[in-house]
Amino acid sequence: MADRIAILGGGTGGTVLANTLAERLAPEIDAGDVEVTLINDDPDHVYKPVWLYVPFGQREPADGRRPLRDLVDGRIDLAIDRVTEIDTDAKELALREGDDPLGYDHLVVATGSTLAADEIPGLAEAGHDYYSESGALELREELLSMTEGHLVVSVVGTPHMCPAAPLEFAFMADDWFRERGLRDDIEITYTYPINRVHGNPHIGEWAEPMMADRDINTETFFNAESVDPDAETITSMEGTELDYDLLAAIPPHRGVDVVEAADLGDRGWVDVDKHTLEAERADDVYALGDAATTGVPKAGSVAHYQAGVVAQRLESEVRGRPATATYDGKTLCFIETGTDAASFVEFDYENPPSPAPPSEKLHWSKLAYNEAYWLTARGLL
Amino acid sequence: MSDIDIEPTDTVDARGAACPGPLMDLIGRVRSASPGDVIVLLSDNDQSLTDVSEWVDETDNELLAIDESGDDYGFYVEVP
Repeated sequence: MADRIAILGGGTGGTVLANTLAERLAPEIDAGDVEVTLINDDPDHVYKPVWLYVPFGQREPADGRRPLRDLVDGRIDLAIDRVTEIDTDAKELALREGDDPLGYDHLVVATGSTLAADEIPGLAEAGHDYYSESGALELREELLSMTEGHLVVSVVGTPHMCPAAPLEFAFMADDWFRERGLRDDIEITYTYPINRVHGNPHIGEWAEPMMADRDINTETFFNAESVDPDAETITSMEGTELDYDLLAAIPPHRGVDVVEAADLGDRGWVDVDKHTLEAERADDVYALGDAATTGVPKAGSVAHYQAGVVAQRLESEVRGRPATATYDGKTLCFIETGTDAASFVEFDYENPPSPAPPSEKLHWSKLAYNEAYWLTARGLL
Repeated sequence: MSDIDIEPTDTVDARGAACPGPLMDLIGRVRSASPGDVIVLLSDNDQSLTDVSEWVDETDNELLAIDESGDDYGFYVEVP
């Protein structure tokens, strides 16, 4: 009987993993000894970093979508379906459309993040975000109609996707309004839950003086408790109330319900060994990317590197060898510091980030990578 | 051995989490707490010593005690 590998989720992590396995295990797959199934409930693969540019009119959501079938190697069984139950004892996945459960010998959970704005009263009604296609489009309309007033960029929940994106948005908004001659009439305030402007102290220390130089107000230790859409105020647990005219918020994030129901971790995330990426609460289960609680950012680069590790480990397991590949926490991020400059950080579990001086070259490197990403999804870059 | 004699309502185990994970885990639990609840945050991250104390100072919550007797820290926080 074939060794069955099921990958749950066709985002960056799941797609890179599928394509890497297709290459590494090609002889076994061709011989019928290994079957790899990628399950995703959307026929499209979505590259979320595109959304940052949508509110400023620089990209469209369609730029971040391509059919999974065009990206995934033909050796992979692609199932466009939704998993409704994970049974880690029976090693089966129940599918919404499928009549029979899908059995597996190895499961990889790559289910990503979901938004949970409803956890904060008033936020879903009043807040705008660029962490979804619809949110980014609505925010674009709001920004285009804003000619004066107070823009509040509020990080409501952490962990959240792409930890640098709130800083990027604030810097880009500052530049965008300056270029349009409106900045003198628009106040920008950035809020963050802890006592600095970013979770990583090195990035926080780097960003804070730049925000001060550009007259971006900061409110730290600001954990949003509620939003009043009528009064247009956002209030923190710490007792601070801010008036806003436009609220761009990063909502609380969760994993997915089916993972939470399987008791693989809390809030839909999977508790894992941060080096092997093996689930701690079930056998023969890995998790990667946003779904895995490794403590590193929920970022595409993380999912990409972790996919390589899991692919190597699964290859070893299928071939009856000890799995030795481990994840070292490697993370890589470009950070936009405006509309024509960016920085870059690279770090891991042992080595902290040291942001590069912002430059136009790094900005174009980021935009170029966003195009080259489609090679990453194919497992080629 | 700890001589702290406080019976917590709930425990948040953030051992192994990188900064600011422990503080954010605590804040997440405080959000759903009832008045009078005492939450103990377990952390092995030294940064928590300043993060947790500074955050509690910003709020109406009270840091009842810090258990530093073992390998990990235990922060006892009472919600008003």
